[in-house]
Amino acid sequence: MEFSEEVLLSMYKKMLLIRYFEEKVDEFFARALIHGTTHLYVGEEAIAVGACVHLEKGDLFTSTHRGHGHCIASGADVKRMMAELLGKETGYSHGKGGSMHIADVEAGNLGANGVVGGGIPLAVGAGLTLKMKNSDRVALCFFGDGAANQGGFHESLNLASIWDLPVVFICENNVYGMSFPVKKAIKAKTIAERSKAYGIPGDLVDGNDVFAVSDAVEAAVKRARKGKGPTLIECQTYRWKGHSKSDANVYRTQEEIENWKKKCPIKRFREKLMKENLLTREQAERIDQAAKKEIEEATEFAMRSQEPNPENLEEDVYA
Amino acid sequence: MPEILYREAIRDALREEMLRDERVFVMGEDVGVYGGAFGVTQGLIEEFGEDRVRDTPISEAVIAGAAAGSAVTGMRPVAEIMFMDFTTFATDQLVNQAAKIRYMFGGKARVPMVLRTPAGAGTGAAAQHSQSLEVWFTHIPGLKVVMPSTPYDAKGLLKSSIRDDNPVIFVEHKLLYNTKGNVPAEEYTIPLGVADVKRAGRDVTIIATSHMVLKALEAADTLARSGIDAEVLDPRTLVPLDKEAIVESVKKTGRVVIVHEACKRSGFGAELAATIAESDAFDYLDAPIKRLGGAWSPIPYNPNLEAAWIPQAEDIIRAARELKERT
Repeated sequence: MEFSEEVLLSMYKKMLLIRYFEEKVDEFFARALIHGTTHLYVGEEAIAVGACVHLEKGDLFTSTHRGHGHCIASGADVKRMMAELLGKETGYSHGKGGSMHIADVEAGNLGANGVVGGGIPLAVGAGLTLKMKNSDRVALCFFGDGAANQGGFHESLNLASIWDLPVVFICENNVYGMSFPVKKAIKAKTIAERSKAYGIPGDLVDGNDVFAVSDAVEAAVKRARKGKGPTLIECQTYRWKGHSKSDANVYRTQEEIENWKKKCPIKRFREKLMKENLLTREQAERIDQAAKKEIEEATEFAMRSQEPNPENLEEDVYA
Repeated sequence: MPEILYREAIRDALREEMLRDERVFVMGEDVGVYGGAFGVTQGLIEEFGEDRVRDTPISEAVIAGAAAGSAVTGMRPVAEIMFMDFTTFATDQLVNQAAKIRYMFGGKARVPMVLRTPAGAGTGAAAQHSQSLEVWFTHIPGLKVVMPSTPYDAKGLLKSSIRDDNPVIFVEHKLLYNTKGNVPAEEYTIPLGVADVKRAGRDVTIIATSHMVLKALEAADTLARSGIDAEVLDPRTLVPLDKEAIVESVKKTGRVVIVHEACKRSGFGAELAATIAESDAFDYLDAPIKRLGGAWSPIPYNPNLEAAWIPQAEDIIRAARELKERT
């Protein structure tokens, strides 16, 4: 797809927003300002942004435990996200969900998910709704390489394929399921080739190339909107940070991490935009500053916000 | 009032709700032309078509998960899990997803789904096709658990469950499918959370669930002949639980026998007993609370062993007499 300059710059800004959001969260954890745990999306920004740029009003998506990127890419309010991470009343879930449970159902975000692979069957259900309502909307389903080995993955892809549901399964292969390398976890060479087992198209893309992701998702979304059923896309990427805050990175080398950092999706996108004269150095600097400012404002908003009232502890268990 | 089967009452509820609300649909294994393993959904596919009566592969996790996902996005699915034993496969989607979505998301989502499933022993199906696992789900905030014992209750409660905006685990008992009862032809619903006194009495309260209600009524008839006037109370829904009705009944009789088919240990009877012990009814008790439930073993195959595993009317009679003799 040929994007307008405006869309391209907005994609660039979203990638930066994700990066700075995650860096701020990382800092907060280091300073023990956030409790619980978190899973950072640093290094994987091109996937969320390259996929979510194809979301239209009424489209839906499910996310993962590493879900901040999908939220931001889909247009979530970073103020309310940061407030949720700080457990504040103004957060998306009024402080009851935290990092792994940010959702905005009205806006089509069916939620991050603390269970690996837990969102995949939900995305199939969302696709079923769209199909039964004869809608041309689609459901994007993000999950990691680890989730591809869950039983629910198989059940979900099978059901979505036999019913031709408008679901785009987007596997973010970031090389490790916590510490277990995907090469040891999966005998097949790629996750994408599993699509053959379900009789659906499979696509393998460089997950650090926002255009490659975008092209693959665009084709899959088009197919789904026409009622032709699901697609499995594997985006190969790398998680720069540890799996969660307690990860000492004993299962990989610093050299490996540094090598992947050289393939930074944001740097790559910026260089491409500059090469094509769509972005000047000054513009890049302005966008960078604007993104940083937005995260600072989100942080201030979150810090200033009220704690939830314990009297509401048992509220919203039932509708 | 026409007399119909429990199975037919459930089917009628499904049919009426599908006619009433186009968002309601049925999905599960062999629910289409086969009509469901126990014949509950017979005829629905002919009337509503494949789109609204969806045969699924043998995939309980995605049956539950797709039900939750479609419920969150605006449908009102009624999923069938062929045997309650197989809800084990569906548990992540029910417990970690459906039950928690609303709360995790700060009250900004609804999950109006029903998961119907046949439970219970007495069919010779042995250890993996006979269990009553309702108590697992009663332990999960966000789920509702309904267990009707009569055709009338089954229909009225299923209609309410389908209209409820929360995930409801609707537990049917295989031995009840062929039982008959009066069910009005005209529209009615039964609210969730209202117990029903199936037989009024003064001497002892027998709190029974699902198929055990029938055994409790049989026991009450025998007890009456020996001068013990038993009250049989069916909570009908375990979550929400009609604590008030239970406390009132126990205050009146001063004696309680609790009976369910699920294993006695950590069964719902423990919750009922504790509810009574913590309530005003405690002061009215004339004897310790008596619990009856399934034996502490997997459910055996041999018919005599199976019958010994399940609480029987004689066990209820013996328990009620023991309580009466203490005072």
